[in-house]
Amino acid sequence: MERIEERDARFTATENQLRALLIQGLNGNATAYHQFLKALSAHFRAYFRKRLFQRPDDVEDLVQETLLAVHNQRHTYRTDQPLTAWVHAIARYKLMDLLRSRANREALTDLLDDELEVFAASDTDAADARKDLDQLLAGLPDRQRLPILYVKLEGLSVVEAAQRTGMSESAIKIGVHRGLKALAAKIRGGA
Amino acid sequence: MKTEELVSLLAAGITPVHGNTASRRFAVAMGWGVSGAALLLVLALGIRPDLAQAAGEFMFWMKPAFAASLALASFIVAERLARPGARLGFVWAALATPVLAVWLVAAVVLVNAAPAQRADLVLGDTWKTCPFNIALISLPLFAAMLWAMKGLAPTRLALAGAGAGLLAGASSALVYALHCPELAAPFMAVWYVLGIAIPTLTGAVLGPRVLRW
Repeated sequence: MERIEERDARFTATENQLRALLIQGLNGNATAYHQFLKALSAHFRAYFRKRLFQRPDDVEDLVQETLLAVHNQRHTYRTDQPLTAWVHAIARYKLMDLLRSRANREALTDLLDDELEVFAASDTDAADARKDLDQLLAGLPDRQRLPILYVKLEGLSVVEAAQRTGMSESAIKIGVHRGLKALAAKIRGGA
Repeated sequence: MKTEELVSLLAAGITPVHGNTASRRFAVAMGWGVSGAALLLVLALGIRPDLAQAAGEFMFWMKPAFAASLALASFIVAERLARPGARLGFVWAALATPVLAVWLVAAVVLVNAAPAQRADLVLGDTWKTCPFNIALISLPLFAAMLWAMKGLAPTRLALAGAGAGLLAGASSALVYALHCPELAAPFMAVWYVLGIAIPTLTGAVLGPRVLRW
C-alpha cells in the first residue's frame, strides 16, 4: 500500500510541476515553456519506447511529432483540466495514429493502458530522429520558412522579422504557426 | 534532428496564448453556418408565409425549443470532443433529455388521439421531404462544424465527427422550423430526429478520414 501511495505522490508532484510550467509558458514565459517541453519529451520517449519496442527507430520521430502536436494545440488546454489527461490523450492519439497508419494490429492490442502511464517514467537518452531540421525547413515555402528561421532559430522579434522579410507582423505569426504544422506533417511523411 | 533542437525551436519567441479557443472557434463556425443555412433555406425552400400568425400558437414553439436545447447540448459535446482528454460527464444526459421529452410528448399525444388520426399526426403533409430538407439545410453548418473541429485536437475521430454532425443537424432543424408547416409532436419525434440523425451519422463516418491531425 505504501508503495502505491508513494507512486501517487510522485504522479501528483509531476502533474503539478509540469502544469505550473505549462501555464507560465501559455502566458509567454519561454524559459518555463522550454523546461516543460524538455521534461515532456523525456516522458514521451519512455512512454513510446515501451510501446514501440518492435520499432525503436520510430520512437524519436514520434516524440518530435507529439511535441509539435502539443505545441500546435496548446490553446486547447484548459487550465482547470488535469494536465495528465490532456497530455496522455495527445500522446495516445499520436501513437494510435502511427500504428493505424502502419496497420500494425499486433501492437494495437497493447494499448489498453492507464493515463498515468504517460508520466510513469522519463527517458532523457535521446536518439536522433531521422530527419534533419535544415532539410525539413528547406522543404517549406519561404512565407513559412523565413518566419521560423528568423523568429525561432535566430531569435528575432516578430517586428524585426517583419522588417527583415518585408512581410507584415501577422503574416510572420501565421507563417510560424502554419510552418510548424507543416513540419509536423513532414516528420511523419516519408518516415 | 535532435529533439533538444526542436524543443529550443518551439520555445523560442513564444507569445501568450489564450486558453480555451475551442468554444470561440465553434461560436464563429456557428455564426457562419447559421447564416449559410438561413440563406439556403430562403433560396431553396422559402419561409412559411404564415410565420407571423403561427408564431402566436404555443405548439409552434415546441420545434425551436427542441432544436435549440439539442443544439446547445451538442455545442458543449462538440467543444469537449475537440479538446484532448476532456470528459463528457453529464453532457450525455443533456443530449438525451430533449429527445426523450419529445418522444414522451409524442407518445401522450398519440395515446390520446382517435385511432384514425394517429397516422396523420405522425406523417403530417411533409414526412417525405422533412428529413432530407433538414439534411440539405445542414450542409453549410456541417462544413463549418467540421472546419471548427479540424482546427482543434479531437482524439476520438468518429465520435468527434458525430458530435460536429449533431451540432450541425440540431442547428439546421432550428433554421428549418422557419419553413416547416407541421405542428404535431409525433411528426417531430420521428422526422426531425431522423433529419438530425443524417448529418450525425455522416459525421461519424467522415470523422476518421477528414479530422486527422
